[in-house]
Amino acid sequence: MARHVVATVTEIPPGARKLLTVAGREIGVFNIGGEYFALLNRCPHQGGALCKGPLVGLVTSREPGRFDYSRRGEMLKCPWHGWEYDVRTGQSWCDPDDVKVRLYKVSVEPGEAVARGPFVAETFAVSVEQDYIVVEV
Amino acid sequence: MSPDGGRAVGAPVLERQSRSRLRVIDCDVHHALRSPKDLHPYLSRRWREHLDTYGHRHPVPFVGSSPYPKVAPALSRTDSWPPDGGPPGSDLAFLRAQLLDRYNIEYGMLHLLTPQGMDQRNQEFGTAICRAVNEWQYENWTQKERRLKAAIVVPGEDAEAAVAEIEHWAGNPDFVQISMVTHTIEPLGRRRYWPIYEAASRHGLPVGLHTSGFNGHAISGAGWPSYYVEEQHEVALSQQAVVISLVCEGVFELFPSLKVVIVEAGFAWVPSVAWRLDRQWARMREEVPHLTRPPSEYIRKNLWFTTQPVDEPERPEDLRAVLDWLGWDRVLFATDYPHWDMDNPEFAFKCRMTDAERRMVYSGNARAVYGLA
Repeated sequence: MARHVVATVTEIPPGARKLLTVAGREIGVFNIGGEYFALLNRCPHQGGALCKGPLVGLVTSREPGRFDYSRRGEMLKCPWHGWEYDVRTGQSWCDPDDVKVRLYKVSVEPGEAVARGPFVAETFAVSVEQDYIVVEV
Repeated sequence: MSPDGGRAVGAPVLERQSRSRLRVIDCDVHHALRSPKDLHPYLSRRWREHLDTYGHRHPVPFVGSSPYPKVAPALSRTDSWPPDGGPPGSDLAFLRAQLLDRYNIEYGMLHLLTPQGMDQRNQEFGTAICRAVNEWQYENWTQKERRLKAAIVVPGEDAEAAVAEIEHWAGNPDFVQISMVTHTIEPLGRRRYWPIYEAASRHGLPVGLHTSGFNGHAISGAGWPSYYVEEQHEVALSQQAVVISLVCEGVFELFPSLKVVIVEAGFAWVPSVAWRLDRQWARMREEVPHLTRPPSEYIRKNLWFTTQPVDEPERPEDLRAVLDWLGWDRVLFATDYPHWDMDNPEFAFKCRMTDAERRMVYSGNARAVYGLA
């Protein structure tokens, strides 16, 4: 496990994402209302590039003819077969216990801390004035 | 990021790479026109003007749209839109990168879904569209990419014109099968279509039947469905009707060497259809005395089924029982690229397969059916 500096916080505003390769793994980093989440860019179903899929809400129904729309922008839908995953937990909607996408720990660190290390940030010129998104892989 | 986005990453990558070295013949690939005007060079002036003035008209009150709701734009993976524009499947270079090279596809069988010539209400125009589509496929796809093989699309509701189209292309190695729509005026086993099967048999060309076309009837036979999730399955019901008609009308008695490939309807339903037909045949044999053998025998001798969408039973091994009954030589792997429900060759089958079974399903069977080197 190493901590990788992947972006400045301003690079990924709320609702946005960044796709990148960290330690040989393709990962998507998402900003959901100010919180950051990092997911492996591979759908466990058939290997689609999950992190390129749309962020949608959760449609549920208590009975035919009624529906609820919640969790706006918190469900990630695979661009292939449309399987939905909760960005916060990595769990699939259809089979939350058995089908999950890998989540990575994300934190925000001030530039001073990043400059001090230990972080893997080869591609970054770190400035102490900024905050950075750090993913543990 | 890789352009295809489907690259397996992380620890299992080595295992995936070794599996992807398996040769794959993909029996359902969808290319597409970039613009309706792409057919202009292949149409006479009369039909070019007809296309621009009147457009395509099918026996449904929808133009340029599907009567069924669809889950994704252009029915496609959202990552399959070519970066240089045009709809999914319209850019050969991108199709090469995202499908042929990425999955080690040895051959890809092209099935153009729109426009269709066969279900045009103006039959002469339909005949012209079929010829134009075939010319377009030849010049822009199979001549430019040797891994891609086309189907001769024919105006099957007019058997005479269809046979003429077959005669025009037969013997050209870029065309390895004949294709017709499946939602037809009469069920495809009926006499009106027999000249097409005669020509197919004579030339040794399989008939590939990809679910498609409009005949004015709901796909289900039980009224118009509300949801795409219904239609998605009812595709298989309509293909069952095609299989039943071909068998019961005696097409395979008359043309015993005819090969028919049922495309994009799955295959797990085949045993139950065959069992029921056999049971009825035993009791009503005198109604169809032209059937000298139980229906299941024709099904396992003259018909092949593309795999996509592979069924995903809770117990993946159940699929083996289906394949054991059907025969491992009966199924042809297909991705259905670039459509949203594409099967990835590396993940589609969740059940165990021996190396021999894998080779049959992924390439050997298709090589035999289509006579590929």
